[in-house]
This record gives sequence, structure tokens and C-alpha cells, in this order.
Amino acid sequence: MQLARAFLIRLLTTLVTLFGVAVIVFFVIRVVPGNPIAMMLPPGASDADIARLKALYGFDKSIPQQFVIWLSGVLHGDFGTSITRRQPVLDLVLNRLPATIELAGMALIIATIIGGFLALTGTRLRGTKTEAAIDVGSGMALSIPDFLWGLLMILLFGVLWPVLDISGRVTPSLQLPFTTQFYLTESVLRLRFDLWRDIAGHMLMPALALAIPLSAIIGQLLKQSLKETMHLDYVTLARTKGYGENHVILREALRNAILPTLTLIGVQFTFLIGGTVIVERLFSYEGLGNMAIDAVINRDLPLIQGIVIVFALLFTLINLAVDMCYALLNPRLRHG
Amino acid sequence: MTDRPFLEISQLTARLKGSGTPLLRSVDLAVPAGSVHGLVGESGAGKSMIGKAILGILPRSVEVATGAIRLDGTDLQSLPPAERRTRVGALTALIPQDPLTALNPSRRIGPQITDRLVDILGWDRARAVDRARQLLAEVQLPDPDRILRSYPHELSGGQRQRILIAAAFAAEPRLIIADEPTTALDVTVQKQILRLIREMQERHGTAMLFVTHDLGVVSKVCQSLSVLYAGKIVESARVEDFFRAPAHTYSRALLAASPRYTDPHGSLMPVPDEVMQAVRAEVAAFDEGRAAHV
Repeated sequence: MQLARAFLIRLLTTLVTLFGVAVIVFFVIRVVPGNPIAMMLPPGASDADIARLKALYGFDKSIPQQFVIWLSGVLHGDFGTSITRRQPVLDLVLNRLPATIELAGMALIIATIIGGFLALTGTRLRGTKTEAAIDVGSGMALSIPDFLWGLLMILLFGVLWPVLDISGRVTPSLQLPFTTQFYLTESVLRLRFDLWRDIAGHMLMPALALAIPLSAIIGQLLKQSLKETMHLDYVTLARTKGYGENHVILREALRNAILPTLTLIGVQFTFLIGGTVIVERLFSYEGLGNMAIDAVINRDLPLIQGIVIVFALLFTLINLAVDMCYALLNPRLRHG
Repeated sequence: MTDRPFLEISQLTARLKGSGTPLLRSVDLAVPAGSVHGLVGESGAGKSMIGKAILGILPRSVEVATGAIRLDGTDLQSLPPAERRTRVGALTALIPQDPLTALNPSRRIGPQITDRLVDILGWDRARAVDRARQLLAEVQLPDPDRILRSYPHELSGGQRQRILIAAAFAAEPRLIIADEPTTALDVTVQKQILRLIREMQERHGTAMLFVTHDLGVVSKVCQSLSVLYAGKIVESARVEDFFRAPAHTYSRALLAASPRYTDPHGSLMPVPDEVMQAVRAEVAAFDEGRAAHV
């Protein structure tokens, strides 16, 4: 009952958020100089041609009018048509979204594994030179932005020692038997590990570029939280029972230390998704972010609008997921 | 009945790493099997430090410089760390000070009682759960099965302290260290918990080191006691001798400073300055003596 109420409130706030995002984006991209019609017509087009094209895409109406038209379309599942690609925005976005979800998910998994390992090692060896080395390394990983890590890796593993693919999502000559756009996931489900290797190989560098700064953040936050937890009475009591350091860290401290870290990881993960825009461009990875840049350059207003809404939806879903994990891990919330 | 005490501490000296500030000064202590020994002293006198040294949970900034801690004749200080840990875990238990922070908030009560039995003592799980149920009944907690399934936040402070007492006795330790086990509780609960600890101790015949600043508690629970000042034992005595005629001036002043129900207003007075100076001088002389000796 209480859970259902909380869920309903959550759903409502999500809708309000999305509406707010839609309004802001809709108006901003229409007020900012540069219009899509000018991009579509050859130089010296007649005023009549311009007027006709404007009418075709509905740009002759006032912005609030356009918004009402767009919104009523959205409520019927129609996000408009891309100006440059002449396809429904919804199809384009749904076609690209899986690529970005897989990339961001892979980056999050890598970051969690590396960050968790750093945090546990740093806690186990706290006060030693190893911990100091982890702190210094994390500081560096954190200060270098994701796209620079990407460039660095292209230089290292694409140019100087070319072992990884630096461009695209999959080798174009391969026959893909997939029915969805979740290539990596589907290759596993279909047990096509030959394809999986190729796809994972393409994804590794962009995913690492996104993961490295995040892993440093996760590592530092979790380590700090763990070290504080290690001083608490129940950890000391567990030591008196005869348990050693490893056991005490993993079973007594870790679960409680994760809680304060979790919310921050959620926030950082949304930054990571923002980071996919540039990193996908860098690696010519056919995801949503890469398409967003094209859309902005070409002033493809309906497409920009659609992509931004999807990103906003993604962010709210991540926050929801974080809250659910939090409740799952914290018995005080589960019962309260 | 052996003559050798179960816990025997001799010449235990602990100090801060780095600065070398002494925290325990050549502490000698003996607790016979089944007997309760009180450790009293003001805050910072090192009473908890002795318990921590036995259990091997001294802060990282503190090191044991010299001395032996014998449990059942074996010197813990000479054992390798892992062996020391499991030995201490098997032979001793701690009743902590604050029941609100001493239970892991994200684990159910059941495993927090049974974990030592299963992991350290090698019992099978069913037997450990039976034992936990039995102990919860012994500490007079109704509906043990519900409590085993509960999380700490679902229980009151008094209930949690009862659980910690049950957990401490569950493995039938030979020695229990009670570190001010009633200080964090409110007064009505304090009396019940104190009575419970004494009952449990008598029933199980466990030796106990009872750390407290309350001489009234010592007179109710302990057979013998040591008075500490600045990490030095200024007097060790049997309880009935101590309360009849404390030998040391500091002990006498401490006893005089304790509140008494018969005279609640008259007795609340601080330890006189000249007594404090005398005991400080004694500690300083002790330090000099050691320095000269070395």
C-alpha cells in the first residue's frame, strides 16, 4: 500500500520532470539562432520556397502553437519526423538507444569492478604505501576527463600498438543475425561468441574511457566510507569473535559502507551518460549521443527534442533504480 | 579447582606509537576461573584499555610494549595473530558498552549470535540456532524466533543489550569482558541488565572482567577489584576488604566521592586536590623508577 503510493508519487514527479524538460528544450532550440530550413535549401532559394517548407514542417506557427501540436503528437506516440533523416524520430531514437545503454552499462560494470577492487584493497592496506598509491592514481584518473582518456587509448591501442578497433560498433563486413539492437547482449544469448568478441572489442575502449574517471570516484567514496565503518562498534565486536580483517571488511563493513556511496554513484552515472555524447563521437560509435551531435549540427529540431526527452527519461530511471537498490540494501527503509 | 587464575596479566605496558606516551603502566591482574573482577577508575584511566588489550582490539595507534596476557596458561602475546584471534574468539567474549551501535544494522539478529559458533567453533548451523534460541530465552526475551529474524532497529536498547549478553554467553566462553555494559542504558533498565549479567555469570560459572566507573556496581557484582589511575593499578583487593578499609588514599577518596542512597546530597564531592597530587606524584615516581631501571 505504502509502496504503491510511493511508486505513484514517483511516476507523477517523473512525468512533471519530463514535461519541464520538454518545455525548456522546445523553446530554447527554437529561440537560439540558426534554423533548419536555411540548412535544407540551397543558397538563393526564393521566399516562396522558404515559406512553403516552413509550412510543411509547421515552423510558420508561433512557438507555443508548435508545442501544443508536438505534445498532442507525443501523447499519440508520434515524436515527429527527423528533418535530416526523414524518418520518425521515435524509430531513430529507439534504434540507437540500445547501443548507448549497452555502452553505459558496460562502463558502469567496469567502473564498479575497478572501483570496488580499489576501495577494498585500499581499506585492507590502509595507512600503507599501497593506499597512498591508490589515492594518487585515483586523483589522476579523476582529473583527466573521459574524452581525453579516449584519445589516449586511441593513441596507445589504435595507433602505436594497434590491437583494438577504434571505430564503430561492429566490423561492418560481419553478418548480424540479430533482431534487436542490443548487439552485445543478444550475441551472448545466441551463444555467438565470435560476434561477441568483435562487438566487445569495439566497445572496450569507449567503455574504458567512460569508466576510468567513474571507477576512481567509486573507489575513493567507497574506501572513505569503508574506513569510517571499520571504526564502528559492531565491527570491533566481530573482531573479538575471532574474525580476521578480510572477513570483517566484507561481511560487517561493506554492506553498510555501500549505502552512502550508492546515491553518489547514481549521480555520477548520469554524468557518465552525458559523457557518452562526446565519447561516442570520438569512436564513431553508432549510439544516441553520436546522433545527438549530428542533430544539433543540422538543427534537426524534432530529433534533438526526442533525444533530450529520452536522456531525461534515462536519468529519472537511473535515480529510481538507485533508490530501489538503497531500499533493498537498507533494512531500516525496507520495513519503514 | 586449579590454583592458577584463568586470566593472568603480568607487567603489561602499553603506549602510544610515536610519542611513546604510556597508557598502561606495568599492570598486574589475576582473575580466577568463575570469579568476577572489577576494574574501576576515572575516565581515561585505562580500564577499557586492559579489556581491549586482552581481546586484541587496541586502536592502531596503541602498541603493547611489554608484558604477558595469559589465558588458561597460554601467553596470548606470543601467539601468531590468526591463532591469537581464534583463541580469543573461542575462550572469551565481550559485552560492549553501547547496545545501539554494537549490532550490525544490516544483518539479522540470528546470524549475529550464531556466526561465532559456526565459523570459529565449527558447530553445525542447526545446533547453533538452537543454542541462540535457548540463550534468548535465558535472557528473558519473549518470542526468540521472531527476535532471531529481526533487524537491530526493530528492537529497543534494553532488548539489544539482552541480545548482546546472550551472544556473549552463547559460546560458553571462559572469560567475559563487560565494558561498562550498563552506562548507555537508562536507570531502570540498568538495574535489570545488571541483575541479568550476574545471574548469567553465576549460572554459567564464567570468569568476568567488569569495567566500570561505578563502585556501587562493583559492590553488587564483583568478588575482587582493581583501582586504576593513569594506567597504573594503585590498589587490588577483595571487595569486602576494599569497602571495609580501602588501603590506598586515592581509593578512599574515590569511595568517599561515590554517591550514596542514604545521603544523596552530602556525598557528592570531588576527590580532594592533595589526594590527586599524591597519586600523580606516585605515577611520576613510578615512571622515573622505570627510566632509572632501564
